[in-house]
Amino acid sequence: MVAIVIGVGVTRGWRSSLLGAGAGLIVLLAVSIGFGTALTAVPIDDLRLVIGALLLIFGLQWLAKGIRRVAAQGFAGIHEEDIPPGHEHEGVDWTSFVISFKGVLLEGLEIAFIVISFGATSNSLTPAAIGGASALVLLTIVGAASHRAITRIPRSVLILVVGVMLSSFGSFWGVEGVGVDWPGGEAAIAALVGLYAAFALSMVAVRRRAVPELAQT
Amino acid sequence: MIVVDWLKGFGKFWWDFLIGDDWTIAATVVAALASTYGLAQAGVPAWWLVPAAALGVVMLSLARS
Repeated sequence: MVAIVIGVGVTRGWRSSLLGAGAGLIVLLAVSIGFGTALTAVPIDDLRLVIGALLLIFGLQWLAKGIRRVAAQGFAGIHEEDIPPGHEHEGVDWTSFVISFKGVLLEGLEIAFIVISFGATSNSLTPAAIGGASALVLLTIVGAASHRAITRIPRSVLILVVGVMLSSFGSFWGVEGVGVDWPGGEAAIAALVGLYAAFALSMVAVRRRAVPELAQT
Repeated sequence: MIVVDWLKGFGKFWWDFLIGDDWTIAATVVAALASTYGLAQAGVPAWWLVPAAALGVVMLSLARS
């Protein structure tokens, strides 16, 4: 959740990414408070399928774009401050908004399901809710602390990394959404990240070898 | 008029979001998810199909550019 919001924020602009994350959080809180224990009746597989498919489509587009840019500019790339004025979005960038919104809403709903399921079955909903809220606050603090380090990474590399992350989460949720379980459960996300990252690096190397001048940048 | 502009903008956003530079990516993702569902219904383990199709379509997209 935090990785998606930060990745989109750094590559496309913070305002829309944070607006999307905030809107996702508000909807999540409203749904959690409104539905309470009835929340477990929400069709999570349908949500996973729709959100997974959308993230995968967008993630693969970014993966291809990231490979092309890193192959052309090298891993040193160009930094955000080097980008000529006029390339920033004016108003709300709806792509950033929608990706952050969906990421926060789906992962937040999954956390809410776990909290409510554990809390309701052990008759300790309040401690479970406090635990879930604490985890959310901790994740936000870690995200905010790592934001400065992330902004130092060249934009072309960030597009590649965000493409890998969105493709991995999109593949995982999409396949789960059609009712197929991954071998190893949630650990498959790490394997998918490794697979897409290895693919991206090998494609960058192939393209740089194909055009020798690029390999010297 | 405002409603028409808003609808045009809304449609353009989703077109850019889903189709982008290469429509084959969206088409492949939809086909791969549908095939995964079909294979799973037939009792065939199909978790590998979506990542395999994803890598294939990106490779083809890169080869065309």
